[in-house]
Amino acid sequence: MCLRVENHVILDCGHTGPLVEVTVDGKTIQAYEGEPILASLLNAGIKINRYTVKRKEPRGLFCGIGQCTDCAMVVDGKPNVRTCITPIKAGMVIKTQNGLSKGE
Amino acid sequence: MLQRDVLVIGAGPAGLAASIEAGKAGADVLLVDLNMQPGGQLFKQIHKFFGSSAHRSGTRGYDIGKQLLKEAEEAGVEIWMQSTVIGIFPGNKIGIEKGLDNGDKEIITLQAKKIIIATGASENAIRFEGWTTPGVMGAGAAQTMINVNHVKPGKKIVMLGTGNVGLIVSYQLMQAGCDVVALVEAAPKIGGYAVHAAKIRRAGVPIYLCHTIIEAIKGEDGCVCGCVIAKVDDKFQPIPGTEETIECDTITLAAGLKPTMDLVKLADCKLTFNGPFGGYIPLHNEKMETSREGVFVAGDTTGVEEANTALEEGKIAGISAAEELGLISSENADLMRAEIWKRLDALRLGPFGERRMMEKEHILKEYREIIGTPISAE
Repeated sequence: MCLRVENHVILDCGHTGPLVEVTVDGKTIQAYEGEPILASLLNAGIKINRYTVKRKEPRGLFCGIGQCTDCAMVVDGKPNVRTCITPIKAGMVIKTQNGLSKGE
Repeated sequence: MLQRDVLVIGAGPAGLAASIEAGKAGADVLLVDLNMQPGGQLFKQIHKFFGSSAHRSGTRGYDIGKQLLKEAEEAGVEIWMQSTVIGIFPGNKIGIEKGLDNGDKEIITLQAKKIIIATGASENAIRFEGWTTPGVMGAGAAQTMINVNHVKPGKKIVMLGTGNVGLIVSYQLMQAGCDVVALVEAAPKIGGYAVHAAKIRRAGVPIYLCHTIIEAIKGEDGCVCGCVIAKVDDKFQPIPGTEETIECDTITLAAGLKPTMDLVKLADCKLTFNGPFGGYIPLHNEKMETSREGVFVAGDTTGVEEANTALEEGKIAGISAAEELGLISSENADLMRAEIWKRLDALRLGPFGERRMMEKEHILKEYREIIGTPISAE
């Protein structure tokens, strides 16, 4: 599934950086370095970023500008990373966050 | 402890304009923002602005953003991106989680003589069954994805709300290659400008008036696979038996915005409730100073409007901060502010604008009556 915007009538959709590889829950995906982690994931068809603490319900992109924290994930071992405002880097290890991800 | 003349929080149009004015006057300005790039929401506004030539009508939002960044650089403004203000303490001491180049964060405490809060606004949510399902998002979130990050939030979109944001974002989603399958509006008429609605109609997209979304349907993958809409009565209550199901993978909510008040509250500024401006806002005077001496506000934080009013208010806040620092004489500052207030009045015209002008006057009057002179923090 490719969701990248291409051939836009107004925008020049150039890429932020070179094509790199990262892993999401153990699976390797490609991403453009420097774009928000969330954007790379959406393009790879990954829409669920975390599961809530009590009811274990899925959450994904909601505000896109670092305010709501619904897109928080575990990135390189650190929980609660807001993926919509964190740039992706080659080799990042990204995991779906369960609850507050204590002890992971 | 680090010292700065002026700390500006939020690098959108208001914060950038404030930084530029204070910087040009000779103040030592630090601008912090939690996002990856400065410019706030300007860079996702790829449409041409309305208004007079003094307000750059016909210019696209992102071009205004680029121009502001250049001016900020020329004015010597120091910018910290990916940096979040996490505390405001007595004596204008500020805690900042600073983003470092290697991606790590560092906690910094600094003291600023003046603080300008320009944290903008956040989108209102509409609650219906399943509204937290992945695939339901703010219209602005979808706009950020396509226009800034160049990734589609989904393929088939249903937009809730037909104000200008709902209409413009629907059109921009089409420009990005998404299939917008319907717009849903609870009111009996379209909320935004006819010129934007016409673009949607020409594309053949149905606009369901007097309807609302009552449920987001969750698919096996845990994400949105459709929505149920229903007709509403004159009290906006869904009418049983009128339900229809629309297949979609994304539901975008365009139901207005509310000022982002977290830091204003931390700074202990006195608030007032104002419906037309989107909710609670900080009381402020003609200098954009709050009830707290040396704490200024500008842009959507002072009531939701648009980029041009944010820019002008930001300029006032920057000038007033520089005046209090003794970098601009009071006579000059008064003259500069009077010019800007004239331009703001010109922006607050028309059926939507006039109400905002009246409300703004009401807020200034409330400030005079309740606060009078700003309260020293000491």
